[in-house]
Amino acid sequence: MKILKILPVAAALMALPTLGLAQEADMTPPNEEIGFILTSFMFLVCGFLVFWMAAGFTMLEAGLVRQKNVAMQLTKNMGLFSLAAIAYYLVGYNLMYPLGSWSIGADETGGYLGILFSPAIMEAVGLADTTPDLTYSSVGADFFFQLMFCATTASIVSGTLAERIKLWPFLIFVIILTAFIYPIQASWKWGGGFLDTQFGFLDFAGSTVVHSVGGWAALAGALILGPRIGKYKDGRVIPFMGSNLPLATLGTFILWLGWFGFNGGSQLYMDTAGNVADISRIFANTNTAAAGGALAAMILTQVLYKKVDLTMVLNGALAGLVSITAEPLTPGLGMATLIGAVGGIIVVFAVPFLDKLKIDDVVGAIPVHLFAGIWGTLAVLLTNPDATLGGQLISIIVVGVFVFVASGVVWFILKATMGIRVTEEEEIMGLDQAELGMEAYPEFANR
Amino acid sequence: MKLIIATIKPFKLEEVREALTTIGVRGMMVTEVKGFGSQSGHTEIYRGAEYAVNFVPKVKLELVVTAAMADEVVATIAKTARTEKIGDGKIFVLDVESALRVRTGETNDDAL
Repeated sequence: MKILKILPVAAALMALPTLGLAQEADMTPPNEEIGFILTSFMFLVCGFLVFWMAAGFTMLEAGLVRQKNVAMQLTKNMGLFSLAAIAYYLVGYNLMYPLGSWSIGADETGGYLGILFSPAIMEAVGLADTTPDLTYSSVGADFFFQLMFCATTASIVSGTLAERIKLWPFLIFVIILTAFIYPIQASWKWGGGFLDTQFGFLDFAGSTVVHSVGGWAALAGALILGPRIGKYKDGRVIPFMGSNLPLATLGTFILWLGWFGFNGGSQLYMDTAGNVADISRIFANTNTAAAGGALAAMILTQVLYKKVDLTMVLNGALAGLVSITAEPLTPGLGMATLIGAVGGIIVVFAVPFLDKLKIDDVVGAIPVHLFAGIWGTLAVLLTNPDATLGGQLISIIVVGVFVFVASGVVWFILKATMGIRVTEEEEIMGLDQAELGMEAYPEFANR
Repeated sequence: MKLIIATIKPFKLEEVREALTTIGVRGMMVTEVKGFGSQSGHTEIYRGAEYAVNFVPKVKLELVVTAAMADEVVATIAKTARTEKIGDGKIFVLDVESALRVRTGETNDDAL
């Protein structure tokens, strides 16, 4: 019955092109441009999804810090994203993608350092006098997409060091992280450097290259900065409650959404049916890994503590996402769920473990991004036969040592020159009042 | 005049207010407070760290009523706020020296 009704309509539609449109100019892009168009478009969509993760981190952190530091946490996130955008344009992008022009090393033998201080340049307006690489995407789309990853790394650091670090030294660190530290180590893998060519390192969307890098930088900062006043007293851990769990939960869902762009876009091509199918696999795997991480944390906190800890469930979902990021393509849905679930379990044990070591990580960024990042990088071995244990391990260690040492040196220099910590009085008062003179949630307002 | 200070369980506030207005109380002040009494505290776990919840949330009512009415008000609050479980709260009654209505300048019982 239904088919009968539709048939005449379908016939009319089929006749349409020959009726009216034949006389007009043919606006169909040439076949060889279609891949370029779709890939660029994919980068732009995935890029703004990854951009949105900046909002996710901001809300997660705003929810997990105490009320007196919320406005400062928002300020730091605005500052770090904007600085990352400029630093990556001026230095980072071309440092990360030397395209064969290494300062130290070469494509064949493995590159170590790209071109310093060469700002990113996009194609001319309307591609005037340019022959774009039609097998890939526009430079503008590629730059836009890659920039968001760099900014993500900086977002990770701000959560760990919240509530006690001074604004400007933190932002100076962000410049160095996003202009140099992140792009240099990323070039070793994604720029075709030595980890890629010599060790066959596999890290699809950056469990190591992005997440553990943020985690290592945060760990170095946390060790040098020290814990918040009153966090560890007489061998006990004093919990500082998050100020707004609805915001923290919203932030987690925003990150979950953004991660589809993070992992999906890292397919890097959308010019064939195979690539589109792969991107679809990646979206589905990314989603189920987050679910696995959240559920694992939910069940585990119920068993361990007799009550579910929402903040751990949020961290668990994010750990699931980080865990699947190194290889979101080759696992099936079941394996992706398990890989994510292990990430969730890691977080539930790692958060109290760090507290035992008196490493004060306000939002749990080190368990989520560093510990689950290492797990995710190793989990590539489970489903991708091209990965080698040696290649994965050496790369985890090389990147870890480089980022931890480089960040540590920068933190030490900042500490020695301008100081990185607010005064005790300012910390007790809260950074909102001490450094900004405003409150996120004014309680007693004159109306 | 008597000042009646009562701490009650927060979810009982609306019921108590209704009962008091029914017997003719024309105003009250309400504050959200925290405190502990025989209910004492309990422990919770946040991100793997155990902590004691020493202060339990309560609502504090403050009413100034005529001396004649005080007993009835106390009885009404006690009856309405009672759940017979630990932590139902306490009621205190104090003497009030004077009262003044800002708008009219009326004093004492007339100001209530």
